Amino acid sequence: MHIVVCMKQVPDSAQIRVHPVTNTIMRQGVPTIINPYDLFAIEEALRLRQQFGGEVTILTMGPPSAEDSLRKALSFGANRAVLLTDRFFAGADTLATTYALATAIRKIGVEFGSPNIVFTGKQTIDGDTAQVGPGVAKRLGLMQLTYVSHIDKVDLEAGTIDVERRSEGGVQKLRSKMPCLISILEGVNEMRIGSLSDALAAARATIIKWSAQDAGVEDITKCGLRGSPTIVKRVFAPKPRAEKAEFIELGDKPGDAFVDELFKRRPKLEAELGQLTRGY
Amino acid sequence: MIEERFDAIVVGAGMAGNAAALTLARKGLKVLQLERGEYSGSKNVQGAILYSDMLEKLVPDFREDAPLERHLVEQRFWMMDDNSHTGLHYRSDEFNEERPNRYTIIRAQFDKWFSKKVQEAGAVVLCETTVLELLQDAYGKVIGVRTDRKNGQVGADVVVLAEGVSGLLGTRAGLRKTPDKNNVALAVKEMHFLPQEILEARFNLRGDEGAVIEAVGTISQGMTGMGFIYTNKESISLGIGCLVADFEKTGQTPYGLLEKFKQHPSVAALIAGSEVKEYAAHLIPEGGFKAIPQLYGDGWVVVGDAAQLNNAVHREGSNLAMTSGRLAAEAIFQIKSRRDPMTKENLALYKKMLDESFVMKDLKKYRDMPDLLHIQAQNFFLTYPQLVSKAMTNFLRVDGTTKREKEKTTFRSFLAARSLTGLVGDAVRLARAWR
Repeated sequence: MHIVVCMKQVPDSAQIRVHPVTNTIMRQGVPTIINPYDLFAIEEALRLRQQFGGEVTILTMGPPSAEDSLRKALSFGANRAVLLTDRFFAGADTLATTYALATAIRKIGVEFGSPNIVFTGKQTIDGDTAQVGPGVAKRLGLMQLTYVSHIDKVDLEAGTIDVERRSEGGVQKLRSKMPCLISILEGVNEMRIGSLSDALAAARATIIKWSAQDAGVEDITKCGLRGSPTIVKRVFAPKPRAEKAEFIELGDKPGDAFVDELFKRRPKLEAELGQLTRGY
Repeated sequence: MIEERFDAIVVGAGMAGNAAALTLARKGLKVLQLERGEYSGSKNVQGAILYSDMLEKLVPDFREDAPLERHLVEQRFWMMDDNSHTGLHYRSDEFNEERPNRYTIIRAQFDKWFSKKVQEAGAVVLCETTVLELLQDAYGKVIGVRTDRKNGQVGADVVVLAEGVSGLLGTRAGLRKTPDKNNVALAVKEMHFLPQEILEARFNLRGDEGAVIEAVGTISQGMTGMGFIYTNKESISLGIGCLVADFEKTGQTPYGLLEKFKQHPSVAALIAGSEVKEYAAHLIPEGGFKAIPQLYGDGWVVVGDAAQLNNAVHREGSNLAMTSGRLAAEAIFQIKSRRDPMTKENLALYKKMLDESFVMKDLKKYRDMPDLLHIQAQNFFLTYPQLVSKAMTNFLRVDGTTKREKEKTTFRSFLAARSLTGLVGDAVRLARAWR
C-alpha cells in the first residue's frame, strides 16, 4: 500500500504577533511547526503501513526552509519526503495550491507507485479553509472522505475502505472505493515518538526537492499568485462586542414571564420573531 | 544499543555543545549531537549578549548571516535605591566599528542558526531527543548514552556533557555533585516588545546601536543579585537574578522582585506601553572558580554552564561556554589522531588547555569575589547603594547648607552605617578579590 500525506509547515500560532498597523501576521522570527492537524494524518498513515505494509510519502509545498518540517516527519518513520519548492508557487491560494499538489501527487504516482490513499489534516491553523484536501481529491478524481474520525476496515483485495465520518448531528459510516482522499480529524490517534534509528535516518535523509518543472507542472499560470483568484481586500481584527449581557431577575415566576420581560426590553425582537413565525 | 557507533556524542545544543559539535565535525570526527528541545535554542532563555571574538574563532564570517539584534555602543551601570539610581554610563562611537565586539542576540534564533552551521559541518543533530542517562561499563567508564527514544541506546568513544547548569546527567552518573544553592542564581526575565522607533528614541540609539543596563541595589532586597535591561531590535529583555540560597533564606519571590524592578521610576519609563511576550526563568552558575566540578573522566568531559564556567563579575558565560566546547573538541581530536583511548589521563589535556586559556585565568582572578559578595550581600547590595543615593541627593540639593557641612553629613552617614573599620575592610576585601 502506498500512502501520500499532504503536510504544511505553518508558523507556530502560539507565538505569532499581528502587526499593529497593517494587521498582517508578522512571520519574522516566528518559529515554524508542522500543522498540528497534519500530525494525525501522518500517524494514521504510519499505522496503516504497520498493518498492511507499503510506504508512506510525505508531500509539502513551501519555501526551502520547509525541509525542517519534512525531516521531522521522516523522524516519525515515513519513507520519503517530497518538497515542492519554486518561486512560481509563492502566494498561492487554495485553488493554486490544489493544482500544484495534485500535479505533484500524479508525479509521485509515476515515480513511486500510485497512492491508494492520500491523507490530509482537517485544515491548517494558518489558513483555516479546509479546502485544499477536497480540492486535491477533485482534481485527481479521488473519492473524498472528509472529517474522518476512525478507519474501520481496509480491504485491499476489494479495494474498499470503511470509515466513520463526523458530520453535523451524528456519525456517518461510509464505505468508499480506493484510491481515495481522507482528511482526518484531530484527536483520532496519538503521535508516536520515532525510534532512535528513524531519527538518525531522518537527520541524514535527502529530501526530494521538486521545482514546478520537476513536478510536471504544465501550466505555470495556474500556480502561485498568478493562479490565485482570491484577493485579500482587507484584513482587520474584529472589535469585541461592546454590549454586555443583562440579567433578568425572575425569582419564582414561570418561563413565560421571562419572555414577556425580554420582549418588553427588546420590542424589536418581538416584531422580528413575529415576522418569522407568521403563518404558523 | 543501536549498531552504529560515533566518535563523540555531544549532549546539549547550546553555546558549549554547538561549539564542541562544530569543532569535532569540522575535524572529521563522526559526531552525534542530542538536544531535548524542538530545535537548538528552543529551550534557551538567556538575555543575551554575544561576544564576537570567541564566535569568530568558530565561525569567522558569522556577521554575514547570524541573527544579531544590536551591537552595543553604550553600557550603563546603575546603583539603585528605591526611588533613584546613581549611574555610570559609558558610550563610545568607537563601538560603531566595522566588526563590533558585542551584540545583543535572542538565543532561540541565534542557536538555531548556530545549529545549522553544526549540521553543515557534518554532525548528526537530533532534536526532541532527551538523554536519560549515561551508559557506563563495569569500571565506570562512560561508553554512550540512553535516550528517551525507542531502542534509544547509542555508543561513542567519548561523551561531551554540554547539558547546562543543572548537570543532571553527570550528577545521576555520580561523576559530580549537584550544584550548591550558594553557587547558582535564579534569574527571571521578560521580553517587552516596543515599536523600533520608540525603543531607539528612549535609549538614544540609531540604526543597529544597542545599549545595556546592569543594575544593583535595593532591587535585590539585600540579596546577592543584579537586574539587567538589554535592547534588542524591537524588544527589551529585562530581568533580575539572585542567588538561590538567598531566595530560600529571605522567602522573596523572583517574580516579586521583577515586578518591583519594573515599577522602579528609572525603569518604568523605559518599558511603558510595551507588550510582554515572554516570561522565563533560568539558573545561572555564579560560584566561579571554586565551584568548578571535575571536568573530565573516563570517556567524558563537561563544558559550558554544566562545568559552572561563568564569569559573574563581567557577566560572561556564553563565551566561556563556546571556548570550553571548542577546547574540549580540540583535545578530543588530538587524542583521537594519536589513536589513543579516551581515558581520564588522556582527557586531562582538555583541562590543561582550559587552564592555559583566558577562561580559567579570568575565573581564577576573581576566585574570591563570589564569597565576598555572597557573604556581605547586605552591605554591597543594600547599605552602600542607599548611602550613595543619600550622598548624591545631599550633594545636588541646594538649600543653603554649607558645602563643608554637606560633606560632613555624607561622611557621617557612611560611618554610622558601616563604621570606619567596616569601610576600610570592605575596600580592602574588594580590592583583594578584584586583584
